[in-house]
Amino acid sequence: MPDLALGKHSAESPNSPAIVKSKSFNSIYSVKAFLRSFKQAKLSSLLVATIMATPLFVLALLAMIGDGESFQHIKQTVLADYIINTVLLTFFVAVLVLCIGVPLAWLLANCEFAGKRFFNWALVLPLAMPAYIVAYTYTDLLDYAGPVQVGLRQWFGWTSPQDYWFFEIRSIGGAAVMLALVLYPYVYLMTRASFLEQNANLTQAARMLGASPVKSFFKVSLPLARAAIFAGTALVLMETIADFATVNYFAVSTLTTAVYDTWLGHYDLASAAKLSCLMVLGVLSLLMLEHAQNRNKGTSNDAKSSVLEINYRLTGWKNWAAFSFCGLVLLLAFLIPALQLALYAVNYFDQIWSSELATFAKNSFVIAVITAFVAFSLALLLSHNQRMKSHAWQSGSLKLASTGYAIPGTVLAIGVLIPLTFLDNWVNDLMVYAGYSPLGLVFSGTVFAIICTHLVRFTAIANKSLEASYQKISPSLDMAAKTLGTSERKLMWRIHLPLIKRSGLVAALLIFVESMKELPAALLLRPFDFHTLPTYVFQFASDEQLELASLGAIMIVLVGLVPLIFINRSIDHQ
Amino acid sequence: MKKTLVFSIVALSASLLTGCFGAKETEQTAAEPQIVNVYSFRQDFLIQPILDKFTEETGITTKVIFAKKGLIERIEREGKYSPADVVLTSDFNKLLQLKSEGLTQTFDMSVIESDVPAKYRDEQGHWTALTKRARNIYASKQNVTDQDINYEDLASESFKGKICTRSGKHPYNLGLIASMVAHKGEAETKAWLQGVKDNLARKPQGNDRAQVKAIKEGLCDVSLGNSYYFGKMLTNPEQKPWADAVNILFPNQSNRGSHINVSGAVIAKYSPNKANGEKLIAFLASEKAQQAYASLNMEYPVNPSVQPSELVASWGEFKEDDIPLTEVAKHRTTALKLVDEVKYDL
Repeated sequence: MPDLALGKHSAESPNSPAIVKSKSFNSIYSVKAFLRSFKQAKLSSLLVATIMATPLFVLALLAMIGDGESFQHIKQTVLADYIINTVLLTFFVAVLVLCIGVPLAWLLANCEFAGKRFFNWALVLPLAMPAYIVAYTYTDLLDYAGPVQVGLRQWFGWTSPQDYWFFEIRSIGGAAVMLALVLYPYVYLMTRASFLEQNANLTQAARMLGASPVKSFFKVSLPLARAAIFAGTALVLMETIADFATVNYFAVSTLTTAVYDTWLGHYDLASAAKLSCLMVLGVLSLLMLEHAQNRNKGTSNDAKSSVLEINYRLTGWKNWAAFSFCGLVLLLAFLIPALQLALYAVNYFDQIWSSELATFAKNSFVIAVITAFVAFSLALLLSHNQRMKSHAWQSGSLKLASTGYAIPGTVLAIGVLIPLTFLDNWVNDLMVYAGYSPLGLVFSGTVFAIICTHLVRFTAIANKSLEASYQKISPSLDMAAKTLGTSERKLMWRIHLPLIKRSGLVAALLIFVESMKELPAALLLRPFDFHTLPTYVFQFASDEQLELASLGAIMIVLVGLVPLIFINRSIDHQ
Repeated sequence: MKKTLVFSIVALSASLLTGCFGAKETEQTAAEPQIVNVYSFRQDFLIQPILDKFTEETGITTKVIFAKKGLIERIEREGKYSPADVVLTSDFNKLLQLKSEGLTQTFDMSVIESDVPAKYRDEQGHWTALTKRARNIYASKQNVTDQDINYEDLASESFKGKICTRSGKHPYNLGLIASMVAHKGEAETKAWLQGVKDNLARKPQGNDRAQVKAIKEGLCDVSLGNSYYFGKMLTNPEQKPWADAVNILFPNQSNRGSHINVSGAVIAKYSPNKANGEKLIAFLASEKAQQAYASLNMEYPVNPSVQPSELVASWGEFKEDDIPLTEVAKHRTTALKLVDEVKYDL
């Protein structure tokens, strides 16, 4: 990426050659270079990234103070199995979300077929379902005592499990399918936005040069969407690594199992923190790998210079195939679990209806809106700074601010709890010292703590999404704007923002929906008698009383629908 | 620079707004004297009816936070400004952990002396148990005729491929395994646990009720489960058929007795409303609340003057394992290690 801040560079450059000359000054030079690079980095980026990474630092500190005895024990006994399970799980999930998300994105971005307008937004719905709720409904349906197997046994006259083979839902494969069904919308949404933002002229050119639609897809569209696909998949994998509820319900022991075992079983938060940090390191190396892969492949687009849209009109069997594929995904990922929940909700309505549900929904909604808005703003700031001065510090801080997503939710909540309570104690001590009565826990004991945790966790979504989107804006645009004397701020508002609007809206939507269904932070950090929809659902779900949790779960989906429909419209009608 | 400012202001003001919003709430609660703040490991819907009775009787408002993980860290980090008055736990290990981490304080036990037998109270006065439950064996009516089964028998050859349990690391199973260690020593317990694992019909999964459901479906013949689940299944129309398929057995009746676990309560170290907290605990141990525990949650009251509910009583009287809970708790870590060593859950 070209360095655009030429003015500042040339102002400082006269000093450096003198120092370079003498070899003995090498070390001083590197320190100076380090300091200068620090100075050049935007302070705001560093500040935001530092705040976002504080919970991580806290966990790293925690990891260092423990003796790690239980870590040793786990390592000697079960850790190897846990790691294998985690690797297998993430691999299966990655394959599944790619196989579902990318074809869907392409079909809906570039083809005309029956039901397209409906599928366009409906295929995002599964995202609003908490994965563990989907897992519960499918287990009810498919395990040995479920209606499917009971029906099969009656039909064929089988009497015991030895008489036949049936897919074991409570397995790594089962967990991977559940997670993929809920998480594929990340890949679908980001990739679709990327396909839509692509310059149609490129595909047109490929077609005119004789490439078939398939070939032009693989040679032109897919490479251009690469960053978005990788970004979506990375998010899915982070969420998979951090998941506990689903794998725990399916009796699949992964690294999160080890984290919770050491913490809650061995009372060894230090070892749990250590394991979490190792998981984050794993994720960081994954992100570095992506960065290294992408670096030499400039995939920036010139701004849409044409009004052309690629539009294949599918007819005959192709039309039906596209319809069936979309329909099947929607059926499995959304309709079946939603119907099951709706049935429970109707049957148990008298027991579960509570007028307070509206308040819980409002609480969830407000938290989700604030989280989405602030996370988007922060990510825009980080991405913009990175764009203005591509710099090791900038991209480093961007990456750092994206790692919270891979930490198991409750552990992250502890990471937020510790600095906030520290702050609270400090403030209260100060008040008492100054002769006032203590204020109470204003940071850690309020909604503020929940929003903080959500921000740390979900800003990664906006970061990934915007980063991928920024990469597609041609640097020549920035140069042209600069040449015409546009300020950096104007460049962002007038040129970048309109170009990344789609991805930005998608990111905001994703964060909203994730925040709506996020449980651990709200559960642990909430004020007294404060419920969100997920905490309400959890008190029944944790008792495996899905029927009582059903109405709350449905409401999570319904509230998630509101921005979904609104945002989808604005993505399509640009 | 300007845009940075704009962003920072937007981000900050949004956060502050919510911060202040919440802050006002806590301030109000701090000013209100007649309240008691409860941190609970038990689900809201289980305890709320009983807390409501308390409010009705005393006029003291209860405020609740329920979570399953991390509450102890929260109290610890909140330090001397923690609003927590009473902590309710669903198992005795949490009671002891709270005490050993220095998060509790002694409270006036004289009020509950007649309500709670000494073995269910802390000697130093830091905690009290409120309800108890046995760790039962549920056995298929159809396939199991022997009604006198010991926990030890679950490792025997005759149950090969016939046992279902939840995760070995669940507190209820850990409690049982720790009591085995206390009685039989580590080596013998490990051999026993390996034997049980080898007899499992399927990988440990689901909760205690799910195991009874599996028995009904013919996947296995025996399972481990807490006593109150039997009552809850019998009163739930959908789950009644599961419960009808099994007998509830009290293990080790001809020797040491069935393993007992308890739920309980402590007063938090920095409790701002200690007097109200003590009132709440006294109420929870009193006949009225114990009656409610017995009939709503199907648990055994710790208060000797309160009878179990009619349904629970119909399962018969049984001999409890009398080993002190503190003795069992000492072996909790060992139990956890054994579960990993025999890879019980894998």
